[in-house]
Amino acid sequence: MTMTVRVEEKLYQNRYVVDAGRGHIKVAAHDKPSANLLAMINLCPAGCYALNENGKVEVATDGCFECGTCRVLCEPSGDLEWNYPRGGYGVLFKFG
Amino acid sequence: MVEKFDCIVVGAGMSGNAAAYTLAKKGLSVLQLERGEYSGSKNVQGAIMYADMLETIIPDFREDAPLERHLIEQRFWMMSENAHTGVHYRSDSFNEERPNRYTIIRSQFDKWFSRKVKEAGAIVLTETTALELIFDAYGACVGVRTDREGGLVHADVVVLAEGVNGLLGSRAGLREPPKPETVALAVKEMHFLPQETIEARFNVKGDEGVVIEAAGAVSAGMTGMGFVYTNKECLSVGMGCLVSDYARSGETPYGLLEKFKAHPSIKPLLEGSEVKEYSAHLIPEGGYKAVPQLCGDGWVVVGDAAQLNNAVHREGSNLAMTSGRIAAEAIFQVRSRKEKMTKANLKRYPDALEASFVMKDLRKHKDMPALLHTNSRNFFLTYPELVAKAMENFVRVDGTPKKEKESATFAAFRKTRGLGGLVNDAFKLARAWR
Repeated sequence: MTMTVRVEEKLYQNRYVVDAGRGHIKVAAHDKPSANLLAMINLCPAGCYALNENGKVEVATDGCFECGTCRVLCEPSGDLEWNYPRGGYGVLFKFG
Repeated sequence: MVEKFDCIVVGAGMSGNAAAYTLAKKGLSVLQLERGEYSGSKNVQGAIMYADMLETIIPDFREDAPLERHLIEQRFWMMSENAHTGVHYRSDSFNEERPNRYTIIRSQFDKWFSRKVKEAGAIVLTETTALELIFDAYGACVGVRTDREGGLVHADVVVLAEGVNGLLGSRAGLREPPKPETVALAVKEMHFLPQETIEARFNVKGDEGVVIEAAGAVSAGMTGMGFVYTNKECLSVGMGCLVSDYARSGETPYGLLEKFKAHPSIKPLLEGSEVKEYSAHLIPEGGYKAVPQLCGDGWVVVGDAAQLNNAVHREGSNLAMTSGRIAAEAIFQVRSRKEKMTKANLKRYPDALEASFVMKDLRKHKDMPALLHTNSRNFFLTYPELVAKAMENFVRVDGTPKKEKESATFAAFRKTRGLGGLVNDAFKLARAWR
C-alpha cells in the first residue's frame, strides 16, 4: 500500500511563533550529507529537512516541534548545531 | 546583583511542577523556568494520568483539575495487516468514587498544575529559555543562565526537570544525551468528534473512557506501538517507534500514523473526525540501564530527563511526578538540617527513589528493552501475523476438519520461527518479564 502523506497539511493546524531569521537548528557545512542527515529527510516528524539542488541537506525550522529527534541522531557526529528557540518562540501546543 | 533562590526548577512538565509545588509548599523560595508561552505549551503526552501519584502531591486535585475521562476499559490489540487479535479488560469496579486513571490533555492539565505551583508560592517565569548551568570553582552547580537580559540566577540547588531532550545537564557533562536506541519518536493527532459519537463508538457513558494500545504490523517491523485514547470530545491517536529503527527503515512518522489510521480496525473509530493538532515528542525507552547519575553537588535530575519511563507498562508521567516530589522532599530534608546541597547529602533522593515503585519497576524490566529492540521483526511483525492466521483458522468454518486446521496453525509457527526460535523467544521473554 502506498500513500503520499503531505506533512504540510498536518502542520497547518498548529500554532507557532516563528523567530524569523533565527533558526534554532543549523546543519554543518558538508560536501556530501552523512547517512544520518539523509535519514532526517524522512524521519523528521515535521518534515523540516530536505535535499537542495546541490545535493546538500537543508533545514527549515518554521514547523519544528523541538522534539530533539535530529539532535539525538545527528549531534554526536557534529552534523548539527542544536539549540532551543528563544523563550516564547517556536511551537505552542494547544492540546499537547 | 544576581538574584538568589533556594531552588531553581528548570522546566514545567510533570516532574518540574511536582518538584516546584512540593518545594514551595514546604516554604522554600522557588524559581521555575519555562521556555514556552505558558506552562504546558511545549509539552506532549498521550495522555494517561495516574491518580495515586498526583493524590500524594495534591490530595483534592479532582475538585478542579481538568480531567477528561476515567478509564474503565483497556484494549490490547495485536495487529496484522488487516486484522487484530485483542485482549480487553473492562470492569465496573473502575467506576469508583476516586478513579485510578484518567485521560488528560497535557497543555490544559499543565496550566492547572502551574496555577497550583504559583498558589503554593513559587515564581514561574515563562518565555525564558535556560541556556546553561553555572558552576563554582569546585564544580558545584550554583545557578542557571537564561536568555533574559541579565539572565543569571543563583540557587543552592537546581532541579533539572528539562525533559527527555534537556540540553543543560548533558551539555554540562552530568549525563549522556539520549541515544537513538533508547528513545522513541511518537507522533499524535487530536481527532475531535461529538461527545455522543465517542460514547456510542466506544460503548461508554458519561465520563467513562477507553484505551486502545495496538502493536504489530502497524509499526512496520519496528519496535513501537499505536494508541487511541478517548478524551471528552476528542480522541488522541498516535504512533511511536524507536528512533534507531526509524533511521534504518526510512519510514516517515506521519506516513506510519496515516497507515495506522487507515487500518480497518481503527478507521471506523475515527470516521468524520476533525483534526485540530498534530504533534511529536520523544519518549525515553532505555529503562533501568539508561538511568543516569541522579544527583551531584548543587543539582538533581528528575522525570524524562533522567529517563524515568516504564516502557513496558507505558507509564511515564507518574514516575516523573513521583521523582519530582521525592527529590523535593530530599532537598527539604537537607535544608532543614542546615546541611549543604552536596552530592552526599542529596543522595537521599536516589536512595528514596530506589526504595519506591519507580526504580523497583524499572529494575524488574531491565532486560526488556534490549530484548524487544533487537528482536523487533519477530515480536512486531512475524508473531502478530501468525496469531492472526491462527485466529482466522480457529474462527472460520469451511469444512476443513479441526485437527487439520490445528496442524496447519502449528506448522505455520514452526516453519516461520523454527522450534528452536519459538522456545528461545518464549524463554527470553519470560526471563525479561520476571
